[in-house]
Amino acid sequence: MKPAQNQIKLFTPATIALLLVIIYGAFTVMKKFTMGDIHTNLSDDFPWGIWIGFNVLGGVATAGGGFVIASAVYLLNMKKYKSIARPAILTAFIGYLLAASSIFLDLGHPFRIWHPVVMWQIQSVMFIVAIHVVLYTSVLALESSPMLLEKLKLEGLKNIVEKMMVGIALFGTLLSVLHQSSLGAVYLIVPYKLHTLWYSSTLPFSFLVSAVMMGLCMVSFLIILSSRFFKSPLNMDILTGLARGTLVTMAVYLALKTYILLSGPGLSAAFAGSMESRMYLLEMLAGVVIPLVLLLLPAVRNNLAGILLVDMLVICGVIINRLNVSIFGMLRQAEEMGVKYSPHQNEIVVSLFMIAVGALLYKLAVKYFNVLSYEDV
Amino acid sequence: MEASFLIDMTKCIGCRGCQVACKQWNGNKTDQTTVGTKFTNPVKLNAKTYTNIDFFELEKDGKLTWDFARNGCFHCKKPACVSACPVSALTKTKEGSVIYNAERCIGCRYCMLGCPFNIPKSEWGKMFPKIHKCTFCHDRLVDNKVPSCAKTCPSGAILFMDGIDKNLKEARRRVTDNPGSYFNHIYGEKEAGGTSVLLLSSVPLDQIGYQKVGDAVIPDLTWKYIGGIPAVIGLVLAAGIGSWVITRRNKNMDKEDKS
Repeated sequence: MKPAQNQIKLFTPATIALLLVIIYGAFTVMKKFTMGDIHTNLSDDFPWGIWIGFNVLGGVATAGGGFVIASAVYLLNMKKYKSIARPAILTAFIGYLLAASSIFLDLGHPFRIWHPVVMWQIQSVMFIVAIHVVLYTSVLALESSPMLLEKLKLEGLKNIVEKMMVGIALFGTLLSVLHQSSLGAVYLIVPYKLHTLWYSSTLPFSFLVSAVMMGLCMVSFLIILSSRFFKSPLNMDILTGLARGTLVTMAVYLALKTYILLSGPGLSAAFAGSMESRMYLLEMLAGVVIPLVLLLLPAVRNNLAGILLVDMLVICGVIINRLNVSIFGMLRQAEEMGVKYSPHQNEIVVSLFMIAVGALLYKLAVKYFNVLSYEDV
Repeated sequence: MEASFLIDMTKCIGCRGCQVACKQWNGNKTDQTTVGTKFTNPVKLNAKTYTNIDFFELEKDGKLTWDFARNGCFHCKKPACVSACPVSALTKTKEGSVIYNAERCIGCRYCMLGCPFNIPKSEWGKMFPKIHKCTFCHDRLVDNKVPSCAKTCPSGAILFMDGIDKNLKEARRRVTDNPGSYFNHIYGEKEAGGTSVLLLSSVPLDQIGYQKVGDAVIPDLTWKYIGGIPAVIGLVLAAGIGSWVITRRNKNMDKEDKS
């Protein structure tokens, strides 16, 4: 059978749109290095904006599917998902590259990004985060390398990597669990700044669980999009399996979030009518409660459009959660200091630039490497 | 040395001598002043202003009073910013000051996020911005000199002592000996687990702009997570290897069944 990837056209209207966003965004990105700084709406009382909240926290959560599928295939021997291991890991790899690029842009001294690797400060959650970004991005590169190696016809090297895959997947799972949770732990340091609807000592755990949930949906979402755009084969059995996984994770997450709400600020805080409570309800209804109810219906679980809807709801819901923790939940404290924050045009342009680069990288990888039609072991 | 301030706002006359002395000693440039509803200038601390006097017009017993607040680093005993920094650019010295080493800083600004008093400031708009904050005049402390703001204060509002406990005792004495003159709260005694700078005021502290900060030692909050990492590593490895072994055996058994 001829691989489907040969029929993927390089220039489609969607790709041209992506390129335009990338070219426009590149001018803004270059300001960091030519004009000294990209003008943002960040300030002394609001030092972290959407590059951290959306690109880094959101981007890394998106990548959660990489370790979930890798451990399902290599550690739990779930053969069924072998065919989606490559797209899942590739998505995670791209997600991490973009998160790392966003950190690079956000740093005041980007060329010292390597400092944490040599200047250990183990009391710092930021150090833990930095080390895991470096290690896990390397692991993802290694996990994705068979695609490149077979293209270069280095079968020997490819076999070596594939023989080590169980070990690599185990290490990757460990790093992911620590990295996803440490991003939640970053916010343990702001007990008086972050709104009580989100501040909790269980933040690391809720970040981890929601990343698993989001990761599963992201993989499912991309498989459906790929079948639409790249005419790749679609296996309904796999999608239903992912939806079941999402359902179980979501039930755990809902229980955890309910516990956090009831043990902390109480149920009334969610219905206080404030901006925070509205954002909280949006996050919980769109990202958890509605998709949970939908997934409980077998008619939705076994239906392509139904799964696609659930995927999009969960992806948006978890992104809103990350924005709530990093931005909306922090606004009140900044307002007390007389400061408001909404992203500057430059910040939005750079965020869109990163998404466009990610989508383009994914498309190019699908076209030139055997990502989607990979079937035999 | 264990450097400590006792800042008594009831003695402050609002001359802003400390602001000027601080700028001079640290070689910080002036700021564009602004006309607003308050006399405070510069309105907020920033990368060029490590301390300022905040002016408040309040009403007490039907009369208008002028109360002052002094903003600046509290030099926590266990600083959140020091624990936040991934590269030890911020350190708590044995003299008691929290100081910054620009050579190590990567500019992640986690110190700014973590500080409950919003003290570290960044040079926004610069290509390679540094973090700025009060150094407790560390370069003077090591020379056995009093920090410049305390040295210059003409009304004795800033009392410098070698020993936080000495200042705490003095603060308690002032509160008990002068009933009615002080609001009964020593800011910094318990805030963020205790700080090297203690502060007294005649009015409730939230009325003069001080953040309500709890007693928790903030580095302990993040350490709870970091300290648990070895256990997580053990758990994930055990679960991963365990499930690999089990599912492998099942696979082999399947094969035997087929053969």
